[in-house]
Amino acid sequence: MKTEREQSRISRRDIIKWFTAAAAVSQFGPALSFGQGAVGAEGYGQDPKVAGIFKPGDHWPLTLTSSQRKTVTALADTILPEDEYGPAASSLRVPDFVDEWVSAPYPRQQAARKKILPGLKDIEELSLNLEGERFSGLSLKLRAKLLDRVTGEGSKDALAKRVAGFLHEFTSICMGAYYGTPAGWKAIGYVGNVPSPTFNGPPQEVLDRVGVTQTVK
Amino acid sequence: MPTISISEAKEQYDAVIVGSGAGGGQMAYSLTLAGLKCVVLEAGRSYNPYTETPMFNRPDQAPLGGTSTPDKDMGFWDATVDGGWDVPGEPYTQGSDDKKRRFTWWRARMMGGRTNHWGRISLRNGPYDFKPYSYDGLGFDWPISYEEVKPYYDKVEMLIGVHGTNEGLENVPDSPPGVLQPPPKGRIGDLLTQKAGKKVGVPVVPIHRAVLTKPLAADTIPAKLHPGNKKAQEIVAKSMRSRAACFYATSCGRGCSIGATYQSTIVHLPPAEETGNLDIIANAHVREVETGPDGKATGVVFIDKTTGKEERVKGKVVILAASSGETVRIMLNSRSNRHPEGVANGSGIVGRYITDTAAMGLQGQIPALENLPPHNEDGAGGSHFYSPWWGHEAQRKGKLDFPRGYHIEVGSTRNMPGGNSPVSMRYLRGLYGTKLKEEARRYYGSFITLASRGEMIPNEDSFAEIDPKVKDKWGVPVVRWHWKWSDYELNMALHAERTFAEIFDAMGGKATRPLAKSGHDILRPGGNVKHEVGGARMGFTPKDSVCNKWSQTWDVKNLFLCDASTFVSNPDKNPTLTIMALAWRCADYIIEQSAKGNL
Ligand SMILES: Cc1cc2nc3c(=O)[nH]c(=O)nc-3n(C[C@H](O)[C@H](O)[C@H](O)COP(=O)(O)OP(=O)(O)OC[C@H]3O[C@@H](n4cnc5c(N)ncnc54)[C@H](O)[C@@H]3O)c2cc1C
Ligand code: SF4
Repeated sequence: MKTEREQSRISRRDIIKWFTAAAAVSQFGPALSFGQGAVGAEGYGQDPKVAGIFKPGDHWPLTLTSSQRKTVTALADTILPEDEYGPAASSLRVPDFVDEWVSAPYPRQQAARKKILPGLKDIEELSLNLEGERFSGLSLKLRAKLLDRVTGEGSKDALAKRVAGFLHEFTSICMGAYYGTPAGWKAIGYVGNVPSPTFNGPPQEVLDRVGVTQTVK
Repeated sequence: MPTISISEAKEQYDAVIVGSGAGGGQMAYSLTLAGLKCVVLEAGRSYNPYTETPMFNRPDQAPLGGTSTPDKDMGFWDATVDGGWDVPGEPYTQGSDDKKRRFTWWRARMMGGRTNHWGRISLRNGPYDFKPYSYDGLGFDWPISYEEVKPYYDKVEMLIGVHGTNEGLENVPDSPPGVLQPPPKGRIGDLLTQKAGKKVGVPVVPIHRAVLTKPLAADTIPAKLHPGNKKAQEIVAKSMRSRAACFYATSCGRGCSIGATYQSTIVHLPPAEETGNLDIIANAHVREVETGPDGKATGVVFIDKTTGKEERVKGKVVILAASSGETVRIMLNSRSNRHPEGVANGSGIVGRYITDTAAMGLQGQIPALENLPPHNEDGAGGSHFYSPWWGHEAQRKGKLDFPRGYHIEVGSTRNMPGGNSPVSMRYLRGLYGTKLKEEARRYYGSFITLASRGEMIPNEDSFAEIDPKVKDKWGVPVVRWHWKWSDYELNMALHAERTFAEIFDAMGGKATRPLAKSGHDILRPGGNVKHEVGGARMGFTPKDSVCNKWSQTWDVKNLFLCDASTFVSNPDKNPTLTIMALAWRCADYIIEQSAKGNL
């Protein structure tokens, strides 16, 4: 499997564009330092070119630091690992999506940013406390063990509780990213987005399972 | 659509049409095909569904997976341009701070208006719907009957193409044989809802939507629509041939680049343009109707949004079809010595008796739908099944605590995932790894959404007026909305809630939230279903109404209203098919009266 860096679709040109944007914001607007605080970019407006093909970074600068992206990648690949259903999250560019999400200038995403950035820090801290190693440095097995401790029943300290809340939000963002791809569609069982001269309705096997008959002839 | 600038406009047109949506589009179509020279003024930009629609774009190809944002309230690919719940620089205000009395107003500023992204549900009003006061003593009667509008429903259905079935149900008119297109097959959730509906006494049948399930009969329909008008027949036949049948993929809310669905920009404006009788001026924000010394309308004043300058166009007839709320606004802003309270407002009724659809929804989780073998449910890009209102008999027996009725729209959930979690995180709490993927796959598509769309009775507290203090960025005073749901709608919402729970129960499922105790908890705010109608209702006399049964204002005989502002009531049937039918009927009247020199 390719590493995230090898696959990154973020070009040097984009990076320069974001830095220029960030510099402009910090000169004239609220100070912006990467990976912290609110983002200073604008949205795509009410008349974006909707028929285009876009990637994270096309509409606003991505703001996660490389260290935060490491945590995001390790965590996303633990939540949605490679298995019989499909590939690991990072090979479907889920970290890019998370970065785009927390860097977006809209209220819902800004609210998520307020939970995700501290959460990334918290999980690293928890990992250091429990395993003596950064989360992103742990093996998949140890990462899973840590998640078990956080998500499992039983009393938890304040840090572990915070991490559990963060994981819920983080998982939700990863789900939106992962299942928005052809591989994700396969993983969940979505079939469609292909033109067809007819619509045949559910196959007989499905009708039988549910115990109904097709009433439109 | 090709547009002109004001400097290229004619000295005077036979008709000036404000707005290019369902009403304005239908007027442009009917009048230009009859040979009248028309100009359409559209506040938004030009728009081409054939080149601008994102047909197969995937969530991983759009910002934030295409999920909704304040810039694009219904998601990145939604066809709405320059609009949504907010139009920057063009506010509207609320008459009350009370949350329950809030009105929400969806506007699109684009060629074709809201018809580019509407739900395509196309239902005829029934006989009772035109005579509601006679039926149960509430609200007002229309000055027209179903029989008078029927020929126009037939024509509109043949022109735009509507799929569905004739079920012979009470107050749900059948279309003549051969008019409706074949319905798409039921999805699994539709069929299960239909089966459960039988158990609880709710009929569930194929819905009517303006989507072609086969090509239109271009060799025969045009002659039925335009008898004796060869040129019109040729143009319409060509337009019909340019439209493909649905290919059962991509959501219609994005628009349709193959012309399989009704959008004014697909069905109405291209043939109108082809006649050579139509000019369109885009970015033209109409402020007021001007009248001459004889009291007749002379034309309209608008702001050219590209220059910010005030401009005028003149017409022998002026037609307002800017959507009901905007039409009311233009009328109330058209003050003169002769019309001190706004043009054609001698009755004082302009802005009054506005209604929206009383709507709520409930989702059920259905174990029988878990872990189904993957299969394609994209279908015709919207609902396939619905329940027309079934409670007339119970109401006649006094068994229900609300008048009128609601229909149910059935929503399946095996649709394209992405952007947001495909399954509510409530069902996935604490999961990760392969177990998470398993559970997501198990629950995906196992939900059914039932949405009620009910009739609101017009009341004195729901109206629009001009805000005396606030203007938009073009200096045009804005609308202030007043809203109040009555017990009729609140009780109806609770009835729907209980009925939906029963239906879910009958299929072995369960509502995904606790059932509401008060209608206020579930009824969506006024305007939220975007079916706001009324404000300049038609009626029997100049005292009780703004216009006559031809949509002609009583006070200004060459001023016509061709959107839902003329609606007297708001049946559960979605309004757009009726807007088009009444507009076509009005166009025939204008043609006839113009020929007689009566306008
Ligand atoms: C998401 C959604 C789903 C819907 N689903 C359905 C459905 O399934 N079935 C149904 O029947 N209805 C549905 N509707 C409602 C339907 O869209 C409207 O009833 C219909 O479009 C109204 O037609 P109209 O011509 O009155 O107004 P619009 O289609 O809104 O067109 C009005 C046009 O006038 C222009 N305009 C406004 N003010 C001015 C001005 N001052 N000067 C110049 N131009 C102006 C606007 O820019 C717009 O283009 C839906 C609406 C939405 C938003
Ligand atoms: S579902 Fe059919 S009608 Fe709707 S957009 Fe797709 S092809 Fe067009």
